[in-house]
Amino acid sequence: MRRALFAVLVLLPLLAWAAPVRIGSKQFTESVVLGELARIHAREAGIDAIHRRELGGTSILWAALQHGDIDVYPEYTGTITHELLKDVAPDADIATLRAKLLPLGIGITDSLGFSDTYAIGMREDRAAQLNITRMSDLASHPQLRFGFSNEFMDRADGWPGIRQRYGLPQTQVRGLDHTLSYRAVASGAVDAIDLYSTDAEIPYYHLRTLIDDRHYFPPYEAVYLYRLQLERSAPAFVAALRTLSGRIDMAAMQRMNAEVKLNGMKESDVAARFLDVPLRGGDAGFWRRLLQRTVEHVKLVALSLGLAVLLAVPLGILAARWKRAGQLIIGLTGILQTVPSLAMFVFMIPLLGIGTWPAMAALFLYSLLPIVRNTHAGLVGIPLELRESAAALGLPENVRLRRVELPMATRSILAGIKTAAVINVGTATLAALIGAGGYGQPILTGIRLDNIGLILEGAVPAALLALIVQAMFEGIEHWLTPRGLRIEARQ
Amino acid sequence: MSGTAAMTPAAFALERVSKRYASFVALDEVSLSFASGSTTALIGTSGAGKSTVLRLLLGLDWPDQGVVKVGGQILQHADVLSLRRRVGYVIQDGGLFPHLTVLGNLALLPRYLGWRAPQIHARAAELAELTHLSPDLLERYPAELSGGQRQRVALMRGLMMNPDALLLDEPLGALDPLVRHELQDELKRIFAQLGKTVIVVTHDLAEAAWFADRLVLLRGGKVIQDGDLEDFRRRPADAFVTRFLHAQRHLPESSA
Repeated sequence: MRRALFAVLVLLPLLAWAAPVRIGSKQFTESVVLGELARIHAREAGIDAIHRRELGGTSILWAALQHGDIDVYPEYTGTITHELLKDVAPDADIATLRAKLLPLGIGITDSLGFSDTYAIGMREDRAAQLNITRMSDLASHPQLRFGFSNEFMDRADGWPGIRQRYGLPQTQVRGLDHTLSYRAVASGAVDAIDLYSTDAEIPYYHLRTLIDDRHYFPPYEAVYLYRLQLERSAPAFVAALRTLSGRIDMAAMQRMNAEVKLNGMKESDVAARFLDVPLRGGDAGFWRRLLQRTVEHVKLVALSLGLAVLLAVPLGILAARWKRAGQLIIGLTGILQTVPSLAMFVFMIPLLGIGTWPAMAALFLYSLLPIVRNTHAGLVGIPLELRESAAALGLPENVRLRRVELPMATRSILAGIKTAAVINVGTATLAALIGAGGYGQPILTGIRLDNIGLILEGAVPAALLALIVQAMFEGIEHWLTPRGLRIEARQ
Repeated sequence: MSGTAAMTPAAFALERVSKRYASFVALDEVSLSFASGSTTALIGTSGAGKSTVLRLLLGLDWPDQGVVKVGGQILQHADVLSLRRRVGYVIQDGGLFPHLTVLGNLALLPRYLGWRAPQIHARAAELAELTHLSPDLLERYPAELSGGQRQRVALMRGLMMNPDALLLDEPLGALDPLVRHELQDELKRIFAQLGKTVIVVTHDLAEAAWFADRLVLLRGGKVIQDGDLEDFRRRPADAFVTRFLHAQRHLPESSA
């Protein structure tokens, strides 16, 4: 009886315990600020929430939301109509969207109070010189060079759409990172870029926003998308989220963006100040941050590499043993290698969601080729007469492999592992895009905020880690290479 | 032994064996048998098929036609491992494994077969004495040995399991003349001492005649002549045999 009571007392807190609500944000300042607003607002309401910031573009966030890796993220109605739901009118109102999202298990709040629509902007002096005020004026200047954010280049309501609507003749169109495109237009490297109407840089860089005189761009009302399941599991959170609707107007959002991007304030501080709540939980110190990222980064590299070795060495052995299988194995791992790393990370989301595991899976796949190829080359490179000498002794095949062939191929195999490790350290910086942290996190933030210091905070340790890994493997190579082979190599 | 030679089956035999590598005919319907305890030298120019004979006897290659017999039994794939353990095989460069010491090379097979370290050491010391290899070389790596020392080690490795037969493929081919001469003496002594079935491949007629009473001359995958040196001299099978005999150079007479 007493024991049962004791058990209940111990288990009671577990019943009350709920997983924190997971908020995601895209890789641009406004999205991160809106994510922080949701997190701090929830915290003030006594709800535990975490913010996985800068997860990447729309496709990553939407996949993560559907997959259940995040519970909520800020989105724009125009993006929902154009990118996420294929069968709604471009100017559908929020009630219509709500009805369409319902079967997907996704809820939508009312507008937060501002619309962040796309626009085309030019430097004020250049636009004045060419007498361009409206987007239709662009049609008579085919020589203009455009620099559009990569997402804008590809999405249906981006460049392909406006080119058609306005009959634009320009051929010099380049894809740029959005935060870099401001510097490109300011320096004159391009003449026009795509903007978000709440961007803080518009006044800062003296840009002219061209009038959308054919009303091409749909409204981009800011909203939160969330998993409807939250209405049962965390109703208080959903209630708190809804109270943010209508509270943020265009000027407020532009101001918050400017405070982060131009004044270097932290998103959490800006959000807390907007909500008029005290700041809490200070900034982790530099060394603490560095340590945490190092742990994340090393974990990604070490585990993915370790698993890759376990699979790739046997594959390399198979490839060396059977020529036909070898061509297939090396061909397939080679194809994996040609998948652009960013795409590889994104491909992992539908399978594994976001965070450490999909990043590790992508790095794992990347590590296979160098190890398979070097294992194969190391084994195939053993002189025929030595392989036959081992056979002529009367040793069975597996003993020959273990005692003669693998030791002789040690150096080549280790070189393959080293190559994979060094590449992995670099590629793992992209893992931050899908929420796996590591040294990529400050690099992403640094690019977004145009903050070289932050970029270096990620890039320098990543480079150092690559050098350390390289040196470490050279040590291992020296240590593991049979002495007889080293003596032979010296002669 | 010799009294029952007619009754006991040959140690090794090829019966109408043909072997080709792509379009190259290595052996063309060759029949040969090697009596137990005999020493035979296979001679001929390179590409004559000499090495192929050894490879077929060890199951490193298989005939396209005909059969290989070992101890009177047709060689099957399943017998190959146990056959190889009863036959020592020594090749031109020794075929020593560079990542293992001399002792490591010698111990590879016995250790796999469950020999204990003291037994392996004792056998290695015994063979070092037989082949006149200094025992302190046992801990060296192949790259730290001279060519002659490497061949002694290769022979030791071939003899480790005390095999019934030794197959040697140009065992002295890569050595300089002084070392070669010395090792010719030693090999002859060792063959006589052990009394095993020996087949040695060489392209050097003098070396062949030094090692063996029976010489088998191959050319283009066929046996041209099979006999002792006197047969070759007195009754050459064809002009090629005569040319082969005369191709051995002698030192010019002293003019003093």
